Amino acid sequence: MSLEFEVIQSAIKNQRRSEIRRWRIVLIFVFVCLASLTLDIATGPSMLSPSEVLNALLLADDVEAMTKVIVFDFRLPMALMALSVGAALGVGGAEIQTLLNNPMASPYTLGLAAAAGLGASIVIAFGSFGLPLTLAVPIGAFAMTMVAAGILFIFASIKRLSSEMLVLAGIALLFLFQSGLSLVQYLSAPEVSQQILFWLFGSLTKATWENLFVTSVITAICISLLFKDAWKLTALKMGEERAASLGVDTKKLRLRVLFLVAVMTAVAISFVGVIGFIGLVAPHVARMLVGEDQRFFLPLSMVIGAAFLSAASVLSKVLVPGALFPVGIVTSFIGVPFFFWIMLSKK
Amino acid sequence: MSNLNLKKLTIVRGKTHTARELSLTFEKGKIYAILGPNGAGKSTLLKAIFGDVSLRKGEIEYQDKTLYKTRLGEWRKPIGYMPQDTYVSANLTALDVVLLGKLDSLSMHLNESTLQAALKVMEKVGCLDLAQRDIQSLSGGQRQLILFAQVLLGSPDILMLDEPVSALDMYHQSVLLEHVYQETKKRGLITIMVIHDLSLAAQYADELILLKNGTIRAQGSPSKVLTPDKVAEVYKVDIERLFDSNGTPVIQPKRASSTHC
Ligand SMILES: Nc1ncnc2c1ncn2[C@@H]1O[C@H](COP(=O)(O)OP(=O)(O)O)[C@@H](O)[C@H]1O
Ligand SMILES: [Mg+2]
Repeated sequence: MSLEFEVIQSAIKNQRRSEIRRWRIVLIFVFVCLASLTLDIATGPSMLSPSEVLNALLLADDVEAMTKVIVFDFRLPMALMALSVGAALGVGGAEIQTLLNNPMASPYTLGLAAAAGLGASIVIAFGSFGLPLTLAVPIGAFAMTMVAAGILFIFASIKRLSSEMLVLAGIALLFLFQSGLSLVQYLSAPEVSQQILFWLFGSLTKATWENLFVTSVITAICISLLFKDAWKLTALKMGEERAASLGVDTKKLRLRVLFLVAVMTAVAISFVGVIGFIGLVAPHVARMLVGEDQRFFLPLSMVIGAAFLSAASVLSKVLVPGALFPVGIVTSFIGVPFFFWIMLSKK
Repeated sequence: MSNLNLKKLTIVRGKTHTARELSLTFEKGKIYAILGPNGAGKSTLLKAIFGDVSLRKGEIEYQDKTLYKTRLGEWRKPIGYMPQDTYVSANLTALDVVLLGKLDSLSMHLNESTLQAALKVMEKVGCLDLAQRDIQSLSGGQRQLILFAQVLLGSPDILMLDEPVSALDMYHQSVLLEHVYQETKKRGLITIMVIHDLSLAAQYADELILLKNGTIRAQGSPSKVLTPDKVAEVYKVDIERLFDSNGTPVIQPKRASSTHC
């Protein structure tokens, strides 16, 4: 009897140890985010030292007025936008992969980004109904992304449609929206086409305090709602039939997750344009580090996504001094080699 | 009414009739073994009871509920179902998988009593040492033990096991089946299991149901069902029937070529 008790106590201790290890990994990436945030604020046309940045952020008295303007009016909204968009894309990718039980899926492969691009291009090419372009383009992108999500929603609510079929439907949509985008570009004047192209390069320079506020609030709400379903999402990884036998209403969960991810990514993409790859790579790294218990997998995908985009933002400014590359280009350039390295180093 | 009643079920999958006007009553505190050759419709029958395969005709009733007239989630609540296919494609530890058996009680922080309950079941089934192993790294038999522990943790009223011991060694077979037996008797479960080993079925089940082409060919106590004639008719195999020291039938197939070699 006491032997049995001891064996179980030691198994509990093992479990606690593994939980602490995983929380520690999440914490490490939180620090990476903070470090990257500081660097992101420090880098740019006029370089600041990290200590200047920290002083400015802590509202010290001896900070130059110019530094304050640079930090608060220019750099901080961009740097925070990097974190919040990165978080949205990381979690979006993680949950789409969970939902479809497919490590190759992400909001991009389901055509959501292509839809955003089409929406934005239509507004740029055919007019903004009297609204200022900075407002009309995100609205157009958001609306079209929700159309794509709506179509996926209809597919997802067909009970007997397997997740493979849903991935296929998403890829088909991707082609559809991409062709739509090409058509709009083909029909419009070269200058307009150029403008569309520029929007498509995801760039954080579009960040303002206002759109940062919208993005971060919506991201925070969606992520907390997803986190509430953490155990159900873990159960979903057992396969839909089994999840159902464990008491999950799989159809409702499917629709809820799809909706939250679609809103979150649509908002993020609408304000900064297309930033690829994070939704694919962040969940992969998270999965390798902590497994798929969503209590750890979800928050880690979030902070890795945030750290990744923030680091890419720093690199986009320092790779070629004086030039600012669109961050959407940089993420894939550093992301893909990094991804290959992970794939090959995996035992 | 605490029985599980199947009333004149007809199930069609593709072009095959996997059940033809099939009627059965399952009582509390009894173990039912569903037997029959491959493709007889055994797995489909369990899936149908679980509400995962639609019925062409007939009804399934339990307590005051009728399948497809009650909400599916509500219908499934008392059922613990272990499917035949044990493959799991998830980066989860065995303990995580077992814990999911009691999904309702899981919170962000796993409390001591939840963990204790899960680990205790694992200890009883004999898979505690696997707790921190990745489920994907386990053998088929080890996965069967883990998934059985998961089902057990949910403390179901109806236990449905689809070939639960097909990949287990002799020791774990008897550990698992002994457990099924004890739980069924102690807690008054309705237990339905598909099993291919006729001798094991005879040892543990109260009632055997011999199925072929969606119809019941024989039903009743082990010694009534496992006669050489019936087994030969259903399986197309000649058997030798022995009896162990308890008088339970032991079934041994005869070699087709044994007379001339
Ligand atoms: N998804 C399906 N579509 C079409 N036919 C099926 C399907 N699943 C099973 N069947 C058929 O139904 C019959 C019974 O299958 P099953 O219940 O799995 O048999 P078993 O008794 O071996 O468990 C078989 O002939 C099988 O081919
Ligand atoms: Mg079967």
